[in-house]
Amino acid sequence: MRALVWIAEDSWQATVAEAAAHLPADADVTLLHVADAQAEGVVAAARHALLGRPHGEPRAGAEPLPAISAQAAQELLAEALAGLGRPATLEARRGRVEREVVAAAAGMDLLVLARDGDRERLGPRSLGPLARFVVDHAPCRVLLIWPNGAPGVATLPPPPRAPGAANG
Amino acid sequence: MPEGLALALALVVLAATLAAAVLRSPYLSEAVAAAGGAVALVAVGAIGATRAGDALRTLAPTVGFLAALLLVAEGARSEGLFEALGAVMARGARGSPRRLLAYVVVIAAAVTALLSLDATVVLLTPIVFVTATRMRTSARPQVYACAHLANSASLLLPVSNLTNLLAFHASRLSFARFAALMVLPTLGVVAVEWLVMRRFFAVDLERPLRQTDAPPRPALPRFALAVLALTLAGFALSSVLGIAPVWVAAAGAVTISVPALRSRAASPVALMRAVEPGFLVFVLGLGVVVAAASANGLGSAVRDALPVGASLPDLLAIAALSAVLANLVNNLPATLILIPVAVAGGPGAILAVLIGVNVGPNLTYVGSLATLLWRRVLRAEDADAELRTFVALGALTVPAALVTATVLLWLCLQV
Repeated sequence: MRALVWIAEDSWQATVAEAAAHLPADADVTLLHVADAQAEGVVAAARHALLGRPHGEPRAGAEPLPAISAQAAQELLAEALAGLGRPATLEARRGRVEREVVAAAAGMDLLVLARDGDRERLGPRSLGPLARFVVDHAPCRVLLIWPNGAPGVATLPPPPRAPGAANG
Repeated sequence: MPEGLALALALVVLAATLAAAVLRSPYLSEAVAAAGGAVALVAVGAIGATRAGDALRTLAPTVGFLAALLLVAEGARSEGLFEALGAVMARGARGSPRRLLAYVVVIAAAVTALLSLDATVVLLTPIVFVTATRMRTSARPQVYACAHLANSASLLLPVSNLTNLLAFHASRLSFARFAALMVLPTLGVVAVEWLVMRRFFAVDLERPLRQTDAPPRPALPRFALAVLALTLAGFALSSVLGIAPVWVAAAGAVTISVPALRSRAASPVALMRAVEPGFLVFVLGLGVVVAAASANGLGSAVRDALPVGASLPDLLAIAALSAVLANLVNNLPATLILIPVAVAGGPGAILAVLIGVNVGPNLTYVGSLATLLWRRVLRAEDADAELRTFVALGALTVPAALVTATVLLWLCLQV
């Protein structure tokens, strides 16, 4: 069994704990992180829009932004691997996050990811736009976890009134 | 040469110069395009040599002022000011993306006001990106805040934006009076930006961070901060002391560059590069090209279109027209075109032009060229998605910021 575990900055501990507890011992695990290239594009475009200014290399001593985000991703993946406590392949991608996750899931049997939305109000918004896209387009089974532990049944809202039922 | 032909030639040269500046061809630098275009317009008689000389003489003090300010910003960078500001943000945010955004907004506005929008875009924004990335939160809201505030918070002081410097010389306001009239508009604009960003990026900002120990208190570069504080005090007192602000800037530039030169951390050549000679030539050339267009009919066309009263509707119309023009031809040429006309309306009209040309570019950056610009730095489909985000954010902030700033300016003018 090939399992892909999506490591996101704010929820990776829970995702890794879940993967360590529930993936079969013989599963072939890949830990995936996707760096968002969009923010780097905004930095570059803002600079580009300064009309008439010099535009060669960034100043000496300044590391290029993709290198900085790549290093941050490697550190995060290394921490996740230590948390997993078993061998795994590490994969770092960059680009549009939701699309890269779906692309990386090709050929996998299971994708493990955490909810990335508003965890205070249970409902559609407990999935943010990224996880929503990934769940909708994942080419394999999905294990969707709650980063702060699953809510109890008591959090269930009262049922909506049946359509057509008499008021009052 | 007939006026119509001269105007057509000047507009063609202006368009070519702007295209060279946006396309950044390795074969034709924008400085060469602007200077060559200016020389060509004089050679064919589209603008008289005397008139071109007048344009250069008017611009020269502004360009010198700009050079001094660029040196001050470079000195602050080499003293480690921007790394220290990154550490201040990381510490102040205490693990909350929302608090980080508040710090970014305040610091980006302060850096823009004191050290100009170039410093925010070139020196601060990469540090903000690194800070957010290392804090493991999305850098997108934070760098958008920087990119926006570099434009919209550049209203406060004559030194905050080259457009302000150009207008400052024409306005005959004192440094302190300029700042006093612009302080409420700037605060209004920053408040609008902050409120919109908080909502617009709510999904990113709501993702909590792992609570870590607070980073240690950063060591602030005391020397650089002292020079900046003294320079600012010098600006504020310049009219009382009877010194032109440009000399205050020059003194600040020399003072802040000395330690780096002494310790050989910076060479004279590196300082020359920090002055951005190509940019200074570009500004001078652009000034002559715009003067040629203005002298041959563009000026009178603008005079017909631009109201020059100080009533609230007039100021709103001036700000709106300036914002539109800044989006059509970029804000530097827009300022060069508008300021000579707005001078007739006094300080109110001039400052309303600045509100338009400084806040306006957040709508599209450089108008119809925006898509092209984004595609140079991102893959095509990513560029289009990001441009949509940028335009949506601009549509939410720019009209509200323009109206808020102009109403506040009008109120300040009544006092």
